[in-house]
Amino acid sequence: MNEIIEILSDLHPDIDFETAKNLVDNKILDSFDIVSLIAEINDNFDVAISAEEITPENFNSAESIWALVERLMED
Amino acid sequence: MLFTSYEFLFFVLATCVLYYVIPKKWQWMLLLAASYVFYFLAGASYLPYIFVTTVSTYLIARKITSLQAVVDAYIKEHKKELSREERKEYKAKEKKKQWRLLLLCLFINIGILAVLKYTNFAIANVNSMLTTFGSTAKLDFVDFVLPMGISFYTFQSMGYLIDVYRGKYEAEKNPFRFALFVSFFPQLVQGPISRFDDLAKTLYEEHKFNSATVASGLQRILWGYFKKMVIADRMLVAVNTLIKGPEEYQGAFVFAGMLFYALELYADFTGGIDITIGIAETLGIKVTENFHRPYFSKNIKEYWNRWHMTMGSWFTDYIFYPISVCQPMLKLSKFSRKHFGEIIGKRIPVYLSSFVVWFTTGIWHGASWNFIVWGLGNFVVIMISQELEPLYRMFHKKFPKADKALWFKIFRVGRTILLMSSLRMFDCYRDVPLTFKMFGTMFTTWNWNVLWNGQLLELGLEVKDYIILFLGMMLVFTVSMLQRSGSVRGKIRTLAFPVRVIIWYGLFLVVLLFGAYGVGYDASQFIYNQF
Repeated sequence: MNEIIEILSDLHPDIDFETAKNLVDNKILDSFDIVSLIAEINDNFDVAISAEEITPENFNSAESIWALVERLMED
Repeated sequence: MLFTSYEFLFFVLATCVLYYVIPKKWQWMLLLAASYVFYFLAGASYLPYIFVTTVSTYLIARKITSLQAVVDAYIKEHKKELSREERKEYKAKEKKKQWRLLLLCLFINIGILAVLKYTNFAIANVNSMLTTFGSTAKLDFVDFVLPMGISFYTFQSMGYLIDVYRGKYEAEKNPFRFALFVSFFPQLVQGPISRFDDLAKTLYEEHKFNSATVASGLQRILWGYFKKMVIADRMLVAVNTLIKGPEEYQGAFVFAGMLFYALELYADFTGGIDITIGIAETLGIKVTENFHRPYFSKNIKEYWNRWHMTMGSWFTDYIFYPISVCQPMLKLSKFSRKHFGEIIGKRIPVYLSSFVVWFTTGIWHGASWNFIVWGLGNFVVIMISQELEPLYRMFHKKFPKADKALWFKIFRVGRTILLMSSLRMFDCYRDVPLTFKMFGTMFTTWNWNVLWNGQLLELGLEVKDYIILFLGMMLVFTVSMLQRSGSVRGKIRTLAFPVRVIIWYGLFLVVLLFGAYGVGYDASQFIYNQF
């Protein structure tokens, strides 16, 4: 989870990702951010996030992103 | 049958009356029949194409869902016997079968679209290359019909198919219901490009007559006609004069034409979508919004999140993401990071995918180099703006109050409008070199006095037309400002009855009296119909 927050903070240093919600719905993360984030996750956790996993629910908070990563690591 | 014709109004009225008179369980069937009648009246020769798209997408989506059901049942039954690896392997093997079906359907439908829309463009390019290499041989052009709305219904159907493949929802069982999703007549002409999970429920459910909903729908339709007939069709007269005389109209005329076209396109397309959404609303059906005050955007990236939103999200979900996060792209990104450094490596997926998206967006709008260059122009501007992001951050750090200052907001909005309007010039002139030349004349031909010396009155519009256009745009601007705090129709509903009557009948009279009809005007086709 901390690693996810670090990656997110690199993208947007001005946002507190520990508390921020609705990252996609409130347009804090745009499509470019999501692609950069997925590339970083792929590197750091060795999990592949496919296009069908890219939904607002999965990317709306650091928690939901971490839940997605955990699920994919277990799969 | 034009949206602006009396036949269309009669058709909508008859459909609405019948819709609320017949038993509610038949409502969606009536809409299907009405949609096919509408399409038949637009051109009987179009029908086979929409029929092939509907049948092929329906059958293949059903097959994908049934294959997935077999996979789910097998996994459930053998959960204990299979290891995690075995389960994964089985799923991947079965998914490949679905993938092949998906490709087949995409090939059929995108193939139809590509052949009908781009064959002559390809032939023109081949001929031009033959000429360049000194050959006198020429390929003959082919005479294909381009079915109305084919780009819209093809994209809508393919979006549905990909969603079924991704397991977002199961395929629709009833072929006739699915046919309605593809052909729903108000949005067949120029979108929005709806998603099945957004539209289906509201499209098929039974709707009781509700006078408030019908009135609200009619108000939206009226607002759409106002934008289309009072503003767009009037502006079209001046735009046509300017762009059809590139030798005569240069310099400041180009600047005026650029802004006129931007306003015309806005009024035309948003007006058309207002009519579409309004018709659906009178039937109790909720269609996705396609615009969110795009000309109030602070940069071009935001503009594209607010203009033709259903097309933008289609390209993001079905082209941008699949390309940018696919394994080969991630490997390429890793490779580039290793060999060319972090900065380049990180940008590769985003830049390559964006290039593909904007090239496709361009060519989707029309089979010509103008549209391709327009698409790539957007790509370049967005990428430059992306690269300048650290600079913007520094600026905001140094001037933290700028964001809230009115002058800065006006500057950003003005910059977006000018950038978008400049790029839109590719829609107007006959080819790319001419567009660049005309753009250049804005800086080389100093004739700015034409904006006030009366020459704008020689473009087919009189003083009264400019006054109507100015007041019309002021009204659109005011409504947009009011929309920031909620629905304007909602606000009007809270006013006293006589005030409401004055507002809506006033608008009706304005459309009736100042709509661009008759001599000198041509109630034209909507610009986006041709896409």
